[in-house]
Amino acid sequence: MRYYLDFEKPVADLENKIEELKHLARGKDVDITSEIKKLEKKALTLRADIFSKLTPWQKTLLSRHSERPHTSDYIKLIMEDFIELHGDRKFSDDSAIIGGFARFQGMPVAVIGHEKGRSTKERIERNFGQANPEGYRKALRIMKLAERFGKPIITLIDTPGAYPGIGAEERGQSEAIANNLFEMFRLSTPIISVVIGEGGSGGALALSIGDRLLMMEHSVYSVISPEGCAAILWKKDNAELGQKEYETASEALKITAQDLYELGINDEIITEPLGGAHNDHQETAKMLKKALETHIAELTETPLDSLLKKRYNKFRGIGALQEQAAY
Amino acid sequence: MAWFKKEKSTIPKKVKVPEGLWVKCNSCKEIIYRKELDKNLKVCPKCNYHFRISAKERISLLADEGSFNEIGENLASSDPLNFKDQIPYKQRLSESFSKTNIREAAIAGNTLIGGNPVMLVVLDFAFMGGSMGSVVGEKFAIAAEMAGEKEIPLLSVASSGGARMQEGIVSLMQMAKTSAAISKFKEKSAPYISILADPTFGGVSASFAMLGDIIFAEPKSLIGFAGARVIEQTIKQQLPENFQTAEFLLEHGMIDMIVNRKDLRQTIIRLLFLTTHVKSA
Repeated sequence: MRYYLDFEKPVADLENKIEELKHLARGKDVDITSEIKKLEKKALTLRADIFSKLTPWQKTLLSRHSERPHTSDYIKLIMEDFIELHGDRKFSDDSAIIGGFARFQGMPVAVIGHEKGRSTKERIERNFGQANPEGYRKALRIMKLAERFGKPIITLIDTPGAYPGIGAEERGQSEAIANNLFEMFRLSTPIISVVIGEGGSGGALALSIGDRLLMMEHSVYSVISPEGCAAILWKKDNAELGQKEYETASEALKITAQDLYELGINDEIITEPLGGAHNDHQETAKMLKKALETHIAELTETPLDSLLKKRYNKFRGIGALQEQAAY
Repeated sequence: MAWFKKEKSTIPKKVKVPEGLWVKCNSCKEIIYRKELDKNLKVCPKCNYHFRISAKERISLLADEGSFNEIGENLASSDPLNFKDQIPYKQRLSESFSKTNIREAAIAGNTLIGGNPVMLVVLDFAFMGGSMGSVVGEKFAIAAEMAGEKEIPLLSVASSGGARMQEGIVSLMQMAKTSAAISKFKEKSAPYISILADPTFGGVSASFAMLGDIIFAEPKSLIGFAGARVIEQTIKQQLPENFQTAEFLLEHGMIDMIVNRKDLRQTIIRLLFLTTHVKSA
């Protein structure tokens, strides 16, 4: 049984009806092929219609869809010979972030990403993709190896945020994130980051300083979750807040791939198959692969010192301002 | 009129105290005479709690008298998201300006401290919780770049709830921008001294504040990544008693030392000497 989001209900109803029809017709001497074809076409149109006008909140829900391809899925689908590396050499191994070396189109690369996990058991093990300091430190360790070995780095972003816990604070969650930001500006090798699902605040940023930022069509990237923003703005308990407030907050925050493209934050939006990445992992992976190919080719041709200068200027220019007395 | 006849009307009258004459300590709840508190650099004489002070007060505490030259004074947010909740962000900004008489949550400039030229950035919690948006990020980046060009020390004093939500992704990117500027600054041999005051959280602690070569904190300041309430809600456990205090951070190796406000300037001067002088004086 497929998992549908609330706003997909009209499509879900139709698709269930089609399934039912197919089931009924099975073994009977009636030809309903044309009827089914008609319904399938209708479902497709309906889906296209719904997906052409998704709200930012609906996109947020899509970006968190448990069936969406995760980092480990993409590694399997677009890379070969992945060797996973573990541990930060300081405290432990954080399974909310996975990373290592693999071949991409025959070329060795470092690949690092948040991993939310899919089954309940795995999600708990991976802490729902919320990393502790050791996760960011492991990521940095692998990135530094990549720099030394002259390999490009691909990071895949998919996290609700850095983990808010006692141990995380004790071991310096702030320092771990800050240090990644700091060091990533110095890594003398191309870095491409892709927001594949949820780009949750500092925990996402800690893996996404680079030369390119790509976002999947239905991904989001935000300084705070719509829920968190709503809770601050309307100062109520979470229990009282609902879809209406989340819709308003997610709209105000401008968090979709399309919003961010307009703000000049991401360099490209990678189209997903109709109905979202979760509907077709193979096809989604193909799109991502194509985008990565182009950008890696461009970046590996750029001399490293000009790459680092451009990286600096890119972030230095975000929110650059003129002197003006506004009030 | 006989004196006893007046009794009825005078007894229940409440004594009126001019507002703000007395202050209650956030930490020990002691009631302190405001003048006494001011004289003590806004530090509770009973429990040594360091009250939040404004950026201007901080600058006059640290800088050599009359040496501070502000930069980027008129930088103002362009409201990149055109953000509106109950009131538009622009209105919130101008209200904060009327309340604090500063244009943004950071003041930056070049100054002398004990005769040493320094670039100084100070956050002001009274202006929208000291939150970092494009202006705070820009001021910090300009200061760090200028410090790098002149090869002079960079000093920042943080007091902030984190990123400025009203600037969305642009505020998140200020974490990257300030870290980039520090990355460039640290190619030079001048030190970056980061001072953490109460409170330092979120996007500010997870960027420039924790990137100091040397990090000081004021006593009992609350410092962390996530807010205590968020952590409590997530883990559904009670938090340890001194959790996220300056003392907690020192114990866990996250800061170099806790410095009393009255010693802050002198400690900085000593450190500037030790880190910047080549020959014996």
